[in-house]
Amino acid sequence: MAEAKPASGPLPVVSFLKIPQGAAPYLEGQRCQSCGAIFLGERDVCSKCGTRGKFEAKKLSDQGTLYVYSIVHRSFPGIEVPYVSAVVDLEGGGTVKGNLIGIEPTPEKVKMGMPVQVTYKIAPRKDKEGNEYLTYYFTPRSA
Amino acid sequence: MSDVYVLGVDMIKFGRFPEKTVPELGAQAALMALDDAGLRIQDMEALYCGNLYQSNAMVGQRVLQEIGQTGIPVVNVANACATGATAFREAWMAIKAGVYDLAIAVGVEQMGKGLLGGGGGGTGIPKEGLLGSGTMPAVFAEAGMEHSRKYGTTFEQFAKVSVKNHHHSTLNPKAMYQIETPLEMVMNAEMISYPNTKLMCSVNVDGSAAAVLASEKKARELGMKRAVKVRASALTSDPWQERDLVMPDVNTCTRLAAKKAYEMAGIGPEDISLVELHDCFATAEILHYENLGLCKDGEAGRMIDTGATALGGKIPVNVSGGLLSKGHPLGATGIANIYEVATHLRGEAGKRQVPNARFGMTHVIGLGSACAIHVLERVA
Repeated sequence: MAEAKPASGPLPVVSFLKIPQGAAPYLEGQRCQSCGAIFLGERDVCSKCGTRGKFEAKKLSDQGTLYVYSIVHRSFPGIEVPYVSAVVDLEGGGTVKGNLIGIEPTPEKVKMGMPVQVTYKIAPRKDKEGNEYLTYYFTPRSA
Repeated sequence: MSDVYVLGVDMIKFGRFPEKTVPELGAQAALMALDDAGLRIQDMEALYCGNLYQSNAMVGQRVLQEIGQTGIPVVNVANACATGATAFREAWMAIKAGVYDLAIAVGVEQMGKGLLGGGGGGTGIPKEGLLGSGTMPAVFAEAGMEHSRKYGTTFEQFAKVSVKNHHHSTLNPKAMYQIETPLEMVMNAEMISYPNTKLMCSVNVDGSAAAVLASEKKARELGMKRAVKVRASALTSDPWQERDLVMPDVNTCTRLAAKKAYEMAGIGPEDISLVELHDCFATAEILHYENLGLCKDGEAGRMIDTGATALGGKIPVNVSGGLLSKGHPLGATGIANIYEVATHLRGEAGKRQVPNARFGMTHVIGLGSACAIHVLERVA
């Protein structure tokens, strides 16, 4: 699906990262008004309860806790390792996956349940057309 | 409805066979299974072929082009790592329904080396290493860490799975590897995705396996001496879970399939003599002890510590060497598991024989997700 490119500035790395004009970027969930399930990205039918067409956009929190992680030491050529692949539960609902940065990538330092902050930065990769992308990361935060 | 029996089953030694084609590998196993049953391809009324990477290439028909084009119906099946088991189940269902008396299921795969998953797709820029990792070692590492989070399961306990399964494979001439891997060696091997080291990742190999299935009527006619009864066949997909958009859930679909399989077989976990389960990564095996009811929730770490799942233990798991050491040719794995369990039920497993095996269970997970479980029973 073609994303409308803002007049200037980066494209969102995923469709659920929203970049409003003149305001801070945020992650957006789609909440089923029938059962409350939260999805990432727009959709027509709830795969939890089957209800059709009853979603409301919900701004997700930028604060969450680390649910689980893996420290990736082997990836595909050109991808810098090691890095922490993290699954984060956001406060108030929604689970997202991303890289946890700003922490030494060792099991001694990375702790499940630790509070994290969603932060937004320009991705270190561009697409074939040379477009820049805004991506999100997780960083440790004090509780 | 008729009971269904396995009359013949076999697998090739798993390895790397770049000089062979996929249909050639499939044909080898098909002929071996037919020989094991004492039957010919002309006796088969249908063929179900499991293959993932060439699922658009009519592999089942091309197997028949290798061994006998008899005009029978062929169905090509793809269901990720549950592909072979799904092909087996399709044959079982057709016989169960009374459509055929004899059918053959073939599973075959030729694998490259290297990481699976995480290839990306979608638009924009590649997400791998930017939004976490979609590689299989990382995905299953995260699934294992969920167990650590709940129950304190340690890196060492996960590593012990690999020590055990590599040990088992030293007794299995059809496994890719026959080498002992002591705990230090497993834990100090190259870290792929913590807590999975290289020796805790399944081996990408080429392989094939096949099974000849028969109705009760046909099995009685041909002789039941080495027949193995299919007591249950269950297939599930993944029910909705709150994190499954970002974290594939291999637990719920397994629990659902296990429940169905035990109900269908009319037995419980305590009746099972051996299990071949989906140890695609060492972390996964721990989860499935609980998912399959082999121990209570939270006890899987202790279960590997006590040796209960090693050959000679209370409920041996993956005595073939498992995917970790026997190897994991995706489309063949589900039928290779059937071969292993059937061989024990027939009392023909040699040095790795589980004594007096009566019931055995096979389990596979295709990420995405599919779970297939079969329960087999000794007849003679």
